[in-house]
Amino acid sequence: MSLLEITQLNKFFEKEKEEMVVLKDISLHVKQGEFITIIGPSGCGKSTLLKAIAGLDTEYSGEIKLDGKKVISAGINQGFIFQEPRLFPWLTVEKNIAGNLSLKRMEVKKSVNKLMKLVRLEGFEKAYPKELSGGMAQRVAIARALLRKPKVLLLDEPFGALDAFTRSHMQEALLDIWKEEKTSMIFVTHDIDEAIYLGNKVIIMSARPGTVQNVISIDLPFPRRKSSRAFQEFRQLVLAEFEKVDELELVNSAGI
Amino acid sequence: MENHSALSLEKIQSMHGKKVKKKRELQKTSSILKGFVVPIMILVLWELIGMFGLISDTLLPRPSIIFMTFLDLVMTGDLITHFQISLLRAIGGFLLGGTLGLLLGVAVGFNQSIEQTVDPTLQMLRTIPTLAVIPLFILWFGFGEVSKILLIAKGAFFPLYVNTFLGIRGVDSKLFAVAKVLEFNRWKQMTLLILPAALPNILLGLRLSIGVSWLALVAAELMGSSQGVGYLIMDARQFSQTSIVFVGIIIFAVFGKVSDSFVRMFERRLLKWQDNFQG
Repeated sequence: MSLLEITQLNKFFEKEKEEMVVLKDISLHVKQGEFITIIGPSGCGKSTLLKAIAGLDTEYSGEIKLDGKKVISAGINQGFIFQEPRLFPWLTVEKNIAGNLSLKRMEVKKSVNKLMKLVRLEGFEKAYPKELSGGMAQRVAIARALLRKPKVLLLDEPFGALDAFTRSHMQEALLDIWKEEKTSMIFVTHDIDEAIYLGNKVIIMSARPGTVQNVISIDLPFPRRKSSRAFQEFRQLVLAEFEKVDELELVNSAGI
Repeated sequence: MENHSALSLEKIQSMHGKKVKKKRELQKTSSILKGFVVPIMILVLWELIGMFGLISDTLLPRPSIIFMTFLDLVMTGDLITHFQISLLRAIGGFLLGGTLGLLLGVAVGFNQSIEQTVDPTLQMLRTIPTLAVIPLFILWFGFGEVSKILLIAKGAFFPLYVNTFLGIRGVDSKLFAVAKVLEFNRWKQMTLLILPAALPNILLGLRLSIGVSWLALVAAELMGSSQGVGYLIMDARQFSQTSIVFVGIIIFAVFGKVSDSFVRMFERRLLKWQDNFQG
């Protein structure tokens, strides 16, 4: 049985009395422990899809089931990493991770310490978010989500604001976390390399209306090398998909 | 040999550390001293002008005379009794008005239907100048303590009310999404998100409220009383004892500043997480 089942998801926006289809007939299955990356041009609804899975957006038709249960609201089962870290600036790093859980409880304190080690932030327990770099802050956000043992971790372009070096460090760190915790991941990005580097499966979406264009399984072993030939071949494959989309759009807009 | 050189290096480092620390302390004291430059210059000038008889002592007594008067008033114990009474009035009025302002601000901030019922009325009352209600308060409550404390409370209420309300409504909605994802309950949402986020505004409201409390205190005591620093000033005016008037004014200034600094100390401690422009 799949961990996450999305069936016939449709979503409209009403804009100036015109109906705009944001997501059209999206059906997806995600297995336990899978790393899914979703890639597509801006405006293809990939973030909207992720928010629907998170339960942050419930105005859609169709069904999203996590572990057999319909998702009706946001919660800790669907961990969510936003584009920005969104830490509470008035809490220290460890308190940010603990959040509503008390650090006075031994098991919470222990798990927080373990996660601090996992995201390589030992020694920063008492630091305030203003003292952290962008990459560090985002790692705190990841630790905060992981502490709640989510069934699936949803990441919405989490490394988009980071520089290239930090970004590639973060990608490795995320893969380490995935190996260690075996959390299922759904990762939205607009970076082709990132999508192929991280995912078991790359879901390619096209815009207007947002649909799943294709799903490509990446059967390369980890750790992957971006310079390897196999990697480059997958890159070509994904790029070819995007070209198809472009052609389609040209045909559509020409009214043929 | 190696051991020795390592040791000396350590020594140098610690010496350097001390130097840096000393430098920092020096900077701190110099920044405090800077604040004293202008007042001291004014005082010296003032004393000199008085000494050369350029201005009459009845209109503008010299600082030294004011200081002697101050010592006199302290010795006789008059000043302390007057000050105690003033302080009690200010604190009483501030606590009454400030607490109500804070509580209502929180209630209105949290609940839209309370906002819609209560806020328009309060905003209307807010625009009434405190001084304009003095006659009414005297008619209703007489010249006693009740009218004074209520007048101060009216002044202290609004800054805290308005700023608490603003602070709560100014919380970043992005962080609410985080609270939702992390399944914060209502209580945790309040203590971990809303109140800390509103704290800068609440503390600002607190400072303004305290300022207004002093202001209202003077107005209340000038409108008629037989005790208090305000009375001391009025009484001295009638007998042209200008130096006592000055003592009263200076006491208000000093305690206004002291209470403000007290809140700012709290502010620095509670808001050390803030990442703002430091100038």
